Amino acid sequence: MNMHDTIVKALREATINVFSTMLGVEIDCGPGCVETSSPETNDGIVSFIGVAGPWTGTGSLTCSPLMACRISSQMLMSEFESVNEDVLDAVAEVTNMIIGNVKTDLEPHLGALGLSIPTVVYGRNFKTRNAGNIEWIVVRATWQEEVMSVKMRLAPGDRASHAAYHLAGTACALEV
Amino acid sequence: MGSDILVVDDSAAIRKILQRVLRQTGVVIDNILEAGDGQEALEALKSRKIDLVLSDINMPKMDGLQFLAAMKASVQWRHIPVVMITTEGGETKVAEAVRLGAAGYVRKPFTADQIKEKLTGLIEPALPL
Repeated sequence: MNMHDTIVKALREATINVFSTMLGVEIDCGPGCVETSSPETNDGIVSFIGVAGPWTGTGSLTCSPLMACRISSQMLMSEFESVNEDVLDAVAEVTNMIIGNVKTDLEPHLGALGLSIPTVVYGRNFKTRNAGNIEWIVVRATWQEEVMSVKMRLAPGDRASHAAYHLAGTACALEV
Repeated sequence: MGSDILVVDDSAAIRKILQRVLRQTGVVIDNILEAGDGQEALEALKSRKIDLVLSDINMPKMDGLQFLAAMKASVQWRHIPVVMITTEGGETKVAEAVRLGAAGYVRKPFTADQIKEKLTGLIEPALPL
């Protein structure tokens, strides 16, 4: 399995696991795909977590306000009809759990990685821009006809330490 | 007399879920205190006698490992069992938590049964766990 497929598998499994365990919900995850550019504009909620170590990048969850309220209501067993601090916190924590589990799955391949504290953006008609030219690996998940995207982009942060894996004879399918 | 438990996590959502899960474990609980980071948790420990701590690792200001190290360096608090509840499944941080004296760890996402199992032997249950 190459690294793209490994990341897709980790994103899918982590998303399904977090929704099943913390929300008691069976969620449908589509196949992974690659996004080479940012969407023109965003409406809704985007939650980011930085990844650092021998490989660096970002994990992200994007969803609509309706999906965010649904996630929060199910997770906290309270009814949320509009986005507030509790909803943003719940989305941040879901992102943290998904990306944290993906990180753990990737560490045997990439070495020890660290995660930042999540950042959540909520608004209408805003743009996000990625520095560098790194593709996002994207998994879309559907729950009651609402779609959310779980994404990750990674690149070697330090080519020297990445090369050490090869020198040590460790197989690595990800070449950039 | 019940136990006083301190829940440390920067996510209010996780603190709320843990409150609910702890009330379902069968342990007699007098109070569940909350803290959003290690610094707040140390202040909470000064304010009340705590029987058990559940702590996240990845937090701002003072993370869970720094908080655990501070607790275990204190004669007053080192006997209090600390269970780490974290997304950190990697060997490095878990091994560090165990080396520092954590009584165990639970990986997020968690089930109520996993929390219940970790409490076994750490605090007195009112009902068989």
